[in-house]
Amino acid sequence: MATTIARQIPPTVGRRLAAWLHRRPAVRAAGLLAGPVGWLVVVYVGSLLILFLNAFWSRDAFSGATIYEPTLRNFAELLDDPYPGITARTVLMAALVTVTCAALALPVAYYMARVASPRIRNALVVAVIVPLWASYLIKVYSWRLILAEQGILNWALAPLGLRGPGFGDVAVWLVFTYLWLPYMILPVYAGLSRIPDSLFEASADLGARPWMTIRRIVLPLAMPAIVAGSIFTFSLTLGDYIAPATVSTTIFIGNAIFSNFGAGNFPLAAALSLVPLVIVLLYLLVARRLGAFEAL
Amino acid sequence: MRSRPLISLGATLALLVAACGGGTSGTPAPSLPTSLGPGEGALTVLAWPGYAEDGSTDPAVDWITPFEQETGCQVTVQVFGTSDEAFTLFQTNPEQFDVISASGDASLRLVAGGFVQPINVDLVPSYKEIFDSLKDRDWNTVDGVHYGIPHGRGANQIMWRTDIVDPAPTSWQAMFDPNSPYAGKFSVYDAPIYIADAAVVLMKTRPDLGIKNPYALDETQFAAAVDLLKKQKPAVGEYWVDYTKQIDSFTNGNTVIGTTWQVIANVLQASGVPVETRKPEEGATGWSDTWMVNSKTKHLNCAYRFLNHITSAEVNIQIAEYFGEAPANRNSCALAQNPDHCAIFHAEEDDFWKDVWYWTTPTERCLDGRTDVKCKGFDEWVKAWTEIRSG
Repeated sequence: MATTIARQIPPTVGRRLAAWLHRRPAVRAAGLLAGPVGWLVVVYVGSLLILFLNAFWSRDAFSGATIYEPTLRNFAELLDDPYPGITARTVLMAALVTVTCAALALPVAYYMARVASPRIRNALVVAVIVPLWASYLIKVYSWRLILAEQGILNWALAPLGLRGPGFGDVAVWLVFTYLWLPYMILPVYAGLSRIPDSLFEASADLGARPWMTIRRIVLPLAMPAIVAGSIFTFSLTLGDYIAPATVSTTIFIGNAIFSNFGAGNFPLAAALSLVPLVIVLLYLLVARRLGAFEAL
Repeated sequence: MRSRPLISLGATLALLVAACGGGTSGTPAPSLPTSLGPGEGALTVLAWPGYAEDGSTDPAVDWITPFEQETGCQVTVQVFGTSDEAFTLFQTNPEQFDVISASGDASLRLVAGGFVQPINVDLVPSYKEIFDSLKDRDWNTVDGVHYGIPHGRGANQIMWRTDIVDPAPTSWQAMFDPNSPYAGKFSVYDAPIYIADAAVVLMKTRPDLGIKNPYALDETQFAAAVDLLKKQKPAVGEYWVDYTKQIDSFTNGNTVIGTTWQVIANVLQASGVPVETRKPEEGATGWSDTWMVNSKTKHLNCAYRFLNHITSAEVNIQIAEYFGEAPANRNSCALAQNPDHCAIFHAEEDDFWKDVWYWTTPTERCLDGRTDVKCKGFDEWVKAWTEIRSG
């Protein structure tokens, strides 16, 4: 009897805790999730909440001190010039960039997913991902050098008697499209890879020409993936302020937020920050309808 | 000797009055230190680029290391690009920066917000050597209380590429003409305070507006200035805050004429870009900076020693020559590496500065003394600038 007891492993604190947790799956799950969920709530939701609260304060124009009396003045100001114009321009740019990215991503992703040999496919996936490793600032400033008056583009076009677009709205559009294209290609590539070969064969058997197959099979099945990609391209464009400041003289919502923050008007900056937030939320609602979340 | 007791009595009374009167506004009661103790070993400086060089930009340009060796105060430097950025940094990190080089469009806000403390100028020996025309000015002294040591001054000048722009511009209007052959290549400072530059032009071209001070603009005057800037917008090649951005675009020809700081022209000339600068005939906006001390500093002794070091003749002239501005220390001109430096920057000519409008924070109470109208406060300037930029 005594020998059997001695052979048993002594119940350490850790073992007892493990046994106790084993009997209580709910506590176990809570313990596991407390860290990440706490992080989400405190860091993500918490900062958003503070942002939201700030939008209701105002500030003393001269001393810059924040006045902690709830007011809707900042929101009223959002409806005043120039903010509606800036918002419209930003949304338009985001839409334009998204459409361009989709138009460019579709053929590339289709080639990668359905045409290219495995070796080329891998090379292309690497080529799409590598730019994401480079610093954002390096990429934006490279575009500055490309588009500059005495930059590479004008130098290359000079023999043809042409000139690049220079700095401006077109430059912003180009830079954004370049920056966010991988975020569109990757989900579309994943989406197209998932289309079963049998569908293409069936389409061909039924006499559909390639264009018909693309229109009736590929596009409808790729749509959720495109919408998923567009969530990235759209929301990233909506919030960016560095690219426009680097290659143009126009300003977008991000720049307006930045300049108000720079001038110390945090309440108005906070109210302005809620604009892209609301737009993205609306966009996400539409995207969910279109099945984008299943394609992510 | 006889008057000594009277003076100390007067000083005590003044202190008492000040102590009782304190707390009513954001301005703290002046409780000046009367002597300096040993340094605290550390100091954090918020400065314009080029003001607090520790050899990291250029090993040959270093006046912080000698200070560290002499006082044992290890200096950390952060630079800023606009007065608004400096003010925001100070406001959001109220205890981080011990001293700041504040231009006039930040200094008064810092005083009003209670962010900086009064200075006992007797503890800063360099103060005696500062040009009188820089002492007791609106942006460094409030109600007779000194809030800092003047550092230097400069004018925002016009710069142009001599190989492209011909003839050389003599007026700011070269930058406001949308039909100019150089339209699309104007380089403009990206800050609300730039509205004052338009006002300086209007002082000359639209005398009917009656602008007396470019920082005191009533409704009509302000609208005219904003309008001028909106017309300029399509011709602007680049708005710059980061001075390296202007250097870059003047180098690659994206902009060929613009408003600048002399230091930028110096860097460009040193790298072989043919540029020239001038104070245009209308006069110019400019800056007169003041070294101020955080009201919450924990390194007061280091801060006072720094103020004295940075405004001393030997250091003041190094900064002035490096940054390209007029030094504040009267004795510094004799120590200049370039014997003509003070002449080039008109350090000793009070006449030159008559039409230089130092950056000042616009307030609703008109700075030019008018009481029958309300002027546009700084928030309106910020909003108008956003509007101009978004046009």
